[in-house]
Formats: sequence, C-alpha cells, structure tokens
Amino acid sequence: MEFLRPESLGEALAARAAHPEAVPLAGGTDVMVELNFARRRPAALLDLTRVGELTGWHADGGTVRVGAGVTYAELTGERASGGQTALGRLLPGLAMAARTVGSPQIRNRGTIGGNLGSASPAGDCHPVLLASGASVEAASVRGRRQVPIDDFFTGVKRNALAPDELITAVLVPAPGGPEQFAKIGTRNAMVIAVAAFAIVLDPVRRRVGTGIGSAAPTPVRAVAAERLLAGALAGDGLWESRGPLPEQVVTEFGQAVSAAASPIDDVRGTAGYRKQALAVLASRTLGWAWRDYRAAGQQAGRG
Amino acid sequence: MRITATVNGTTHQADDVWPGESLLFVLRERMGLPGSKNACEQGECGSCTVYLDGVPVCACLVAAGQADGRQIVTVEGLAAGGALHPVQQAFIDAGAVQCGFCTPGLLVAAHDLLARDPSPSEADVREALAGNLCRCTGYEKILDAVRLAAARLAAGPGGDGA
Repeated sequence: MEFLRPESLGEALAARAAHPEAVPLAGGTDVMVELNFARRRPAALLDLTRVGELTGWHADGGTVRVGAGVTYAELTGERASGGQTALGRLLPGLAMAARTVGSPQIRNRGTIGGNLGSASPAGDCHPVLLASGASVEAASVRGRRQVPIDDFFTGVKRNALAPDELITAVLVPAPGGPEQFAKIGTRNAMVIAVAAFAIVLDPVRRRVGTGIGSAAPTPVRAVAAERLLAGALAGDGLWESRGPLPEQVVTEFGQAVSAAASPIDDVRGTAGYRKQALAVLASRTLGWAWRDYRAAGQQAGRG
Repeated sequence: MRITATVNGTTHQADDVWPGESLLFVLRERMGLPGSKNACEQGECGSCTVYLDGVPVCACLVAAGQADGRQIVTVEGLAAGGALHPVQQAFIDAGAVQCGFCTPGLLVAAHDLLARDPSPSEADVREALAGNLCRCTGYEKILDAVRLAAARLAAGPGGDGA
C-alpha cells in the first residue's frame, strides 16, 4: 500500500488526480476503523494532515469559511488553537452538533471535511449544514467549485465529489438568528445518531431551515415543514412580534418533519421509533430556537 | 516505510512499517512501549489514548505514516524516571485500578484534563473521561482518583491535598 503525504494543496490535488484509487485520510476516525478490521485494503492512502491550506477558518462578510481539516474540537471551541474560540460562538448550531460527536479523543481528530467525505446518513454535521444552506467547496487540478449542500449527498455514504476532487472547505452562511440541534442515542458519548434534527431560523431573510439525520438514505431537509413554519411565522406577524408560538404550529411542524423522513429498521432503532422521535425533536428544537429568538429580542429591547 | 517520531522525549525509529497499520501497533509492537492498550481498535474504548502533538487521541485511529515526525507521549512518559505522576499515584490510592487494562488511557485523559483545568467541575470530569471505557470499577473510584489528583496538584509539591 502506498502512503501519499502531500505538504501543500497543490501537491494533494496532483496526488489525487494521479491516484484516484487512493483513500483520503484526515482524522482517521472512519478510515482507520475499516483498515483495522480489514474491511478495506486501498491501494493507497492520501494523508491530508500535513496540508496547511485545509486548516483554519475565517469569516468573510456573511459567510464563514471552515477549512475541511477543522476538527470537531475546534468547532466546539473545547480545544481551539490560536485564539480561535470564536468559531463555536460564530456557528452555534455546528458547535452543538460537533459536541455530540464521539468523545474528546474523537473530536480532537475527526474533521468536518471527513464527515462530509464519509457522507454517512448519520453524520452529525450534516443536519446543521442542510438547515443553514451551506456549500461544500471541492477542488481538483481542474479547478475549484462550490456544491450546494442540497446536491452534495447522493446516496448512502455517497457524495457528489468527482474521483479527482478533494473537499477543501465548507462555506456556511453566518447565522442571523437562532440555531438548534438535537440527537437521540443510547448515551451522551460515543453514539451514532438514532435520529438527529437541526433547525435554523433566519429572521432577516424570513427563512426556516431544517436538516434530518439518520432517518433516510441521506441526510435530508424537511422542505414542507420549512414552508409550513415560515408561512405561520409570516402570517401571524410572529417574526416582528416575537410572540409565543401557537401550540398547533409547533405540533404540525413536528408532524411535517416526521413525514419528510424515510427511515428503516436497523440495529439502532426501528423506523417507527425514528418517525416518532423526529416529531418530538423537531417540536422541541423549534421551542428552544423560538425561546432564544424571543430572549434576543428582549435583550435588544433593553439595550 | 520508515517511521521516526519523538516518543516520550526520545527519538524512536521503526523500519518496514506497513503504512496502514496504526500508531498503536507501532508503539506496542515495534517500539517496545506496551503501556497503551489495544482493545477495540475503533476508537470506542480509549484504552490506547496517547498525546499526539500535545492532544489526546486514540492511537488506534492514527495511521503510522501520520505519526512520522510527530511528538508522542504515552502513559510511560507521564512522569520521568521510575516516578509516578500525581494522577497515577491518585489512581492507586483511590483504588481506581482493578484489571488495569483501561488505566493507561484513563491516566492520559485525566492528565490532559487537569493540565487544562486544575479544578474541573463534576460534569467536566465526566465529559473528559467519556471516551474511556472501564468494565471493572463502575467509574466511581476513577472519579474519586481524578478529584484526589486535582486536590493534590492544587496543594502543590509536598502537599497532601487534605
């Protein structure tokens, strides 16, 4: 087995083009399990941990560019390097999702780019990226492109990357309102989601974003639920009044999210359980997000 | 491939390393450092926890080639010579060691926690150890050991923390 270790993005893209059979390797939290258990014997590994261009993040106007090599621990801020604790505050939904990944050891190694590369339906970042309308930046020797997150997941553990492409960054619109994420599992640590849900409320664009994890062949949005909630918020003037959400809206939103899922029975849970759980997660996270929105309004009113 | 890394402050070299093998295998089987334990090989149990460039990771999930040129500290390197680090002594004194298989990983995780936060909350201790499984102790004695180590470290050298 060949071990390719580029030290710049240019070298990495050249290696990717020359060795399309090579498996990209960053934190190793997915790839190394497959190697340790002899489930996979790739002809080559493409180590990306020495490619400086993939690390770090910066906020540019309304977009936060998160390098593919940014770890979950950097997203949460629990182990921020170079005074970058602000990332968790800048992208709170992503920080919440990253906080539910594995354990401290796993969060220290696993990366957002690796999460997308693996493209598991249970990937913890995915619901938040869907809800916030993020884009995945992919690069090859042919150039760079942005793939809208809605087009990125193409099947179970499949994504829209071409064989010569690498994920270089994730472009996340800076939140204009509250974000929430919730995930169900048998314990707090070391859990693959039985079901997960993210909600993003954008009062500026009057937009509702959603993302469902572990309840369909790919992570998916609940588009009908987004429309239903956005319609209710606009129709009742709730964005402006920040008044209490009608109970019926909360319940119907949960039902619409549940209806958007197409789960299966597996070792972690049944399809029926996942459907029920998603309705609860959606109603609950909406309640939290709306509480945050109302509290922010009160704070602004006092200021 | 040849792997050269600084392990516990000393340069170690291993030849004919298969690039797909783990740092854990290199440490245990090629560098003669069996302190880090091999249990789950999938990052679930934490018994192989080592510092890689100062950050605790599961050595079973680091490819050998990724460790080339890096700084590694294993349980064997937490204290110099034959001495024990206060975290290690606290595990003994609190009865936090039974079969001992999980202990090296827990020691590195606890060592890292107390280096970052000398007086962690109960929730912080549980979170810091959430990636380390123990099948003997029921964890209570381990939590006692971390509290004891924190108290002793706060009391300073020679202090008994009482």
